Amino acid sequence: MELSGGQIVVQCLKDEGVEYLFGYPGGAVLHLYDAIFHQDDVKHILVRHEQAATHAADAYARATGKPGVVLVTSGPGATNAVTGIATAYMDSIPMVVISGQVPTAVIGSDAFQEVDMVGITRPCVKHNFLVKDVNDIAETMKKAFYVATTGRPGPVVVDIPKDITDPNIKVAYKYPKKVKIRSYNPATKGHPGQIKKAVDLLLHAHRPVIYSGGGVVLGNASDELTELTRLLNYPITNTLMGLGAYPATDKQFVGMLGMHGTYEANLAMHESDVILAIGVRFDDRVTGKLAEFCPHAKIIHIDIDPASISKTVKVDIPIVGEVKLVLNQMLSEIKAHKKKPSKKTLAAWWSQIEQWRTANCLEFDRNSDQIKPQAVVEELYKITKGEAYITSDVGQHQMFAAQFYHFDKPRRWINSGGLGTMGFGLPAAIGAKLAHPDADVACITGEASIQMCIQELATALQYNTPVKIINLNNRYMGMVRQWQEFSYESRYSQSYMDTIPDFVALAEAYGHVGIRVEKPEDVRPALEKAFALKDRTVFIDFITDRTENVYPMIESGKGHQEMTLRVAPGTPMNRELA
Amino acid sequence: MRHIISILIENEAGALSRVAGLFSARGYNIESLTVAPTEDSTLSRMTLVTRGSEDIIEQITKQLNKLIDVVKLIDLAEASHVERELMLVKVKTSGETREEIKRLSDIFRGKIIDVTDNSYVIEMTGASDKLDAFVNALDESNIIETVRSGPTSMSRGENGLHL
Repeated sequence: MELSGGQIVVQCLKDEGVEYLFGYPGGAVLHLYDAIFHQDDVKHILVRHEQAATHAADAYARATGKPGVVLVTSGPGATNAVTGIATAYMDSIPMVVISGQVPTAVIGSDAFQEVDMVGITRPCVKHNFLVKDVNDIAETMKKAFYVATTGRPGPVVVDIPKDITDPNIKVAYKYPKKVKIRSYNPATKGHPGQIKKAVDLLLHAHRPVIYSGGGVVLGNASDELTELTRLLNYPITNTLMGLGAYPATDKQFVGMLGMHGTYEANLAMHESDVILAIGVRFDDRVTGKLAEFCPHAKIIHIDIDPASISKTVKVDIPIVGEVKLVLNQMLSEIKAHKKKPSKKTLAAWWSQIEQWRTANCLEFDRNSDQIKPQAVVEELYKITKGEAYITSDVGQHQMFAAQFYHFDKPRRWINSGGLGTMGFGLPAAIGAKLAHPDADVACITGEASIQMCIQELATALQYNTPVKIINLNNRYMGMVRQWQEFSYESRYSQSYMDTIPDFVALAEAYGHVGIRVEKPEDVRPALEKAFALKDRTVFIDFITDRTENVYPMIESGKGHQEMTLRVAPGTPMNRELA
Repeated sequence: MRHIISILIENEAGALSRVAGLFSARGYNIESLTVAPTEDSTLSRMTLVTRGSEDIIEQITKQLNKLIDVVKLIDLAEASHVERELMLVKVKTSGETREEIKRLSDIFRGKIIDVTDNSYVIEMTGASDKLDAFVNALDESNIIETVRSGPTSMSRGENGLHL
């Protein structure tokens, strides 16, 4: 089969089984777009800004486990995509980004819409390629998908100069079945000796904690994690990225840990003697002050990336491998082991945890005459029966979503955990809805974040992706305001916007339904109405209590044992050290 | 502590900047870096000298290994190894210093590879501290320019870094 470079790229996507291509056309990719025009297998989703293309593809990947695919033009198209590429990189999301480049003959001459995309993205991709020969496209594409989806996943950029996609130059096409890269051999099974040692330590623990993260979601190992946790009857905490990997409504789940984690999760970590860390990377938002992190614990760390081991926290038993395989190895080792966890010591540990739970650290004022953001998330959880795909932006609303929407299944919680990208939520919701058209999809956001990619309301209409936008509007950049309250004597420098748009009118202008909710008693009816409108995108603008803060909080530079709790409901300024 | 990391890397455009970029992005320091293709033209060999605590060196080697283009690497400082650096020094030679500089170069087993009425270019190889010693022995005012390759190195014994 003889094809042009542009046709080859599209044919590679078909052969790779790509369902959606998120993109935006421009000069350097016009040959490619012409090839797209002549086929229907790969559906192109036209976004309104390239950043949104990357976020939508990223969320599609998070919701399905399949790689997200993006197509952008050279220059500004490419640079606009960088934020989304970095977002995917930080959260290890498999993604292939095809960027147009100026023709090879003018590369390096500061040509119109030229940027060094390979150079710009180098620090925020798993790998990138510049294709210099039409005969190399198929193999490069295969390599890109292979690298993006194996090992620790991540985004891969394929930069293709315009002349390489010339419709007049046709070459033989064959998509390679397999590709081998001699310098790239991702880990698979864990080392049996290490697994024996880990299981031995784990079964002799007095105050064990399982601390699991996004790696379990990415590695599709929720079932194994759940089986292991239940078999041992140990407490489990999830990172922000790991929510849903273990059912949040289960009694062994002690909540999220870290900066806005629960009292019981953080204190359990602090007091623990053995920590089983699975698919986590000891992020600073999780550990707090490193010198005080888990002072009594021996740490077992399972990760596919050797560079994650002992990066910030020195671990005692590292196990490098695919989380699913390693957990299965551990399960058989535990089942065969003579030693069983001591019921008595475990009962004492659980009773300690139960006592911490009585602090009821997430409680908030339920009798307020203002709408509490937590109450909105709680109602959303009830109305969607905990089954919705929830995307979020970044800030207080993200933490409220993580704390109050109890994810029982993996891949339902889609947020920018590592990079913390405002503007992620709406395009992500569109990507998730395309992936799961029959599921409820809601974007929990705030009035500051939503404005960073608000133009995607047009995309939502064009492709009929009826998502529900839950705007927790407190007329502040809430998390910035909270930090300014805690650390800058409430000097609210630039965290306030006094020209917030009329979101109802805005939603309507884009062809959607807009609802404003100002009273607590209207929260539930508004949500019911929104979800009853199955085929409409609904923007619900909740005017919330502007003074509400996220608790508990570990202030920057403090340890897990130094959480700030809300003292009495409704008095967010009162704080005490636990 | 000083470490010499020897890297086999795909001989491809951009491979060097992946390594250099990794060091600057993660705040590691590069003392010297030397690179050239090997007998297998698809591979380059890089010798990188860096300093850091054991933890940092461990991270450096792991992060380098994570680069897709890196095929293999070894930290030579962990075992017995040989190390050589090449230096060229151009010196002013007037009247009485001309003979003196020649003698000094001989003592350090340097070779004079270019001569004019007023200058020499001296070629010297050796461990980095020997080259330092030679430069220190010269009168600074006589040095016109120096250029050094940075160390290249391999392990002692029959084992080697290859595919």
